[in-house]
Amino acid sequence: MKRRNFIKATVLAVSMAAIGSGGYAQDKGPIKIGVLHSLSGTMAISETVLKDVTLMAIDEINAKGGVMGRKLEPVVVDPASNWPLFAEKARQLLTQDKVSVVFGCWTSVSRKSVLPVFEELNGLLFYPVQYEGEELSKNVFYTGAAPNQQAIPAVEYLMSKEGGGAKRWVLLGTDYVYPRTTNKILRAFLIKKGVKESDIDEKYTPFGHSDYQTIVADVKKFAAGGKTAVVSTINGDSNVPFYKELGNQGLKATDVPVVAFSVGEEELRGVDTKPLVGHLAAWNYFMSIKSPANTEFTKKWAAYAKAKNIAGHKDKPLTNDPMEAAYIGMYMWKQAVEKAKTTDVDKVIAAMGGQTFTAPSGITSTMDPKNHHLHKAVFIGEVQANGQFNVVWKTKGPVKAVPWSPFIAGNDKKKDEPQGKTVIAK
Amino acid sequence: MRTLLIALWLFASGAHALEAAIVEKLAFGESDEQVAAIAALVAAGDEKAAAVLQALAEGELQTAGKSVLIVKGEEATDAVTGAKVAPLPAEREDVIANNRLRRELAGALAGLKLISPQREIRLAAAKELAGGADAAMLPLVKKALEKETDAELKSMLGQIAAAMELKDGSKEARIAAIRMLGGSNNPNTKMLLLSVLEKGKDGSFAEPDEEVRRDAQASLRAVEGRLAWGERLGILFTSISLGSILLLAALGLAITYGLMGVINMAHGELIMVGAYTTYAVQNLFRAHAPGAFDWYLACAVPAAFVVPAAVGMLLERSVIRWLYGRPLETLLATWGISLVLIQTVRTIFGAQNVQVENPGFMSGGIEILVGVVLPWSRIVIVLFAAAVLTGIWLLLTRTRLGLFVRGVTQNRAMASCVGVPTPRVDTWAFGLGCGIAGLAGCALSQIGNVGPDLGQSYIVDSFMVVVLGGVGQLAGTVYAALGLGFANKLLEAWQGAVLAKIAVLVFIIMFIQKRPQGLFALKGRAVEG
Repeated sequence: MKRRNFIKATVLAVSMAAIGSGGYAQDKGPIKIGVLHSLSGTMAISETVLKDVTLMAIDEINAKGGVMGRKLEPVVVDPASNWPLFAEKARQLLTQDKVSVVFGCWTSVSRKSVLPVFEELNGLLFYPVQYEGEELSKNVFYTGAAPNQQAIPAVEYLMSKEGGGAKRWVLLGTDYVYPRTTNKILRAFLIKKGVKESDIDEKYTPFGHSDYQTIVADVKKFAAGGKTAVVSTINGDSNVPFYKELGNQGLKATDVPVVAFSVGEEELRGVDTKPLVGHLAAWNYFMSIKSPANTEFTKKWAAYAKAKNIAGHKDKPLTNDPMEAAYIGMYMWKQAVEKAKTTDVDKVIAAMGGQTFTAPSGITSTMDPKNHHLHKAVFIGEVQANGQFNVVWKTKGPVKAVPWSPFIAGNDKKKDEPQGKTVIAK
Repeated sequence: MRTLLIALWLFASGAHALEAAIVEKLAFGESDEQVAAIAALVAAGDEKAAAVLQALAEGELQTAGKSVLIVKGEEATDAVTGAKVAPLPAEREDVIANNRLRRELAGALAGLKLISPQREIRLAAAKELAGGADAAMLPLVKKALEKETDAELKSMLGQIAAAMELKDGSKEARIAAIRMLGGSNNPNTKMLLLSVLEKGKDGSFAEPDEEVRRDAQASLRAVEGRLAWGERLGILFTSISLGSILLLAALGLAITYGLMGVINMAHGELIMVGAYTTYAVQNLFRAHAPGAFDWYLACAVPAAFVVPAAVGMLLERSVIRWLYGRPLETLLATWGISLVLIQTVRTIFGAQNVQVENPGFMSGGIEILVGVVLPWSRIVIVLFAAAVLTGIWLLLTRTRLGLFVRGVTQNRAMASCVGVPTPRVDTWAFGLGCGIAGLAGCALSQIGNVGPDLGQSYIVDSFMVVVLGGVGQLAGTVYAALGLGFANKLLEAWQGAVLAKIAVLVFIIMFIQKRPQGLFALKGRAVEG
């Protein structure tokens, strides 16, 4: 035991030293940036474009002279939708490649898998996807939505007269931490709103599930008991067979609307959306949003996809919410580094709070001074026949993230700030 | 208000110009105003109003500056005056309907169509209204009911009217309405009857009369009984559908593993090769013969057989041949081959999933009962599985190659003695098994995702089916596939997809413990060493 501890400590010390000294030794050389997204496996459908958009942002920054006169150098790895592999690759990025920051992960299970690595090695992770909250780490910046910036407004909309006045709810998800936690929050929220337990049906399918016949038939049956809405937290490529089945079985949005939290323009690329018109998605950005920043963003992406010959996007460029979040994250990190005048993790973390950026979604996105989350506007969109979303509801302005949802017991005592943040190394 | 407007429409006639204010409200207003505008247009009731509503429903209504246009392809007409607008204004914006508006539109259009001279249009409209009609439509429905001569439509309209009268109307009218509803098999009726039986917060019933409630109870039972049958039919079909997919995936393995005894871990990857072949054929059609795109499967099916069969024969000649009778080495070698195949496909086609589009005839479904829809893609796959099964059966029992394969399987030494070229038969049989795996891939590409990892998710299922069915028996494979399909779907309906998968796996392990030879076993077979 003693010996193991000794080895651990030595490895830790050596690697810490390596990171520290690396910072000085490379002051003139390029700054290394880790990109940790699945490029194969069930999540590749969603994550591959995040790698591409991160590389695009790096190219842009380099074209304008880099950060503090130093070029950015991406290090791309493929964790292959394999959760333990995420942790291995993260460790490799931090200890071998000595990257200053990592942009990565989609599923919460992958984030949970790398979190101990980032905390142990004091790395810095930018996580660009909406998630279930219930986490605050000083080593992570969450540029996607917390539940109060996506799930809760979506459910409120479906309850309203405008959204159809749903009385019964099917909470359908992939079986892992994000859908389970989100549904726990939603269940508490619905019950607080007066919905009966018997009017809520929770269903889960494994990752990569492809046979949604029974589920869709069950939804139909459940819907016979009153006005029903489906909240889908299905993740990854299972969405394609799910939406195909919805279309084939003729479950129309006017009867049973399905609102999805992990389905955007990219996931619907391979699906015939004509039978799906009217189904919803809640996000903080849609490609169809009209704003000068978005016009510029989509144009840049189209040009980049063409230049880099990105499969699919070179003919039909699509942008989506996590792409926007990844893009914002990269620029905010750049601003924070320039403010801190160093890539040192603790100093960059300290400089991140209060950073602003003109987001493609048409608002000025602000990094909360304390809780490591972005203030975001919420949009609810309906699927159109062309695979785009039409915004049918939005918040008046940016909403502050509440990572500790008030609908989970005990969260009222938790601090809205990660622990150990004030420690300044060196 | 709306009732009044619709009543007005019933008496209104002739073609008067649409009011510009209403159309503008429909195009530029908030959704409450838009809903009011729809009601007003229904009240206007002439063809122009119907055209505007139809255009909005189909996304053809656009605005250019202050004017509202109906744009069909390159031609535009002014929505208010009906005059042609040329040339098309460059700056146009779609008027977009949200769910609430679409629901209102569907109801309004159905109401307008109820008095169409064509039976199909009336039937479609009645079906639309049966899904939940606004009470304001009642006079419209009654009017249509009086005029209706068709028996089927008459009963449908009767039910629609009954549903609307359920809440108000005299006691006799309510009872009549409830009895009428008892003959329905629409899930919405159940919802309606339940609302009659509902208790308010203070414990009083929504329906004050005891007798009416008793009738509602009886009608509810009748409707629920019929709905339950629909549900059972649905489960039956989904079970057969899942069973047919398992069967397709396992049939190839039933030959390579079941008959030949090769533990082929690369079986899943041969399925994947079949799916990618389908994808490649689809791309060729899209590029060179877009007009015949709907028929690409006619070429994809043979190609999805030939390519994996060729790959399989190559594998057999180069690797597997040297490992017969050494199951452990075969297992490791074929597993290695599977990794090589995955990486090859990843290099050629990329790591991301590729999209295989269904031909037109395979999208949508057929509604056998209200609420029970059988998707065409699933029906086609069930038939395809049956055809493949028949093909294999004929091949094994009616051809010379089949005779040789059976001979070699049962007693290799004896077959060799009487002059059967056993090595060549092995190659052909292995190719056949791989080709069938490819056909499975072609079928799977139509309903699931096609990616380099496709095979991994089917290899376990395939082995489960073959082992459960009994090694060396085609009939066993068929029973096992259908049986697993049923078990999975029944459990899924009861306990959810995740638990169903676990339960089926546990069941198979227990079963194999008890009966290692599977459901069916060849008796007295000389097992080769």
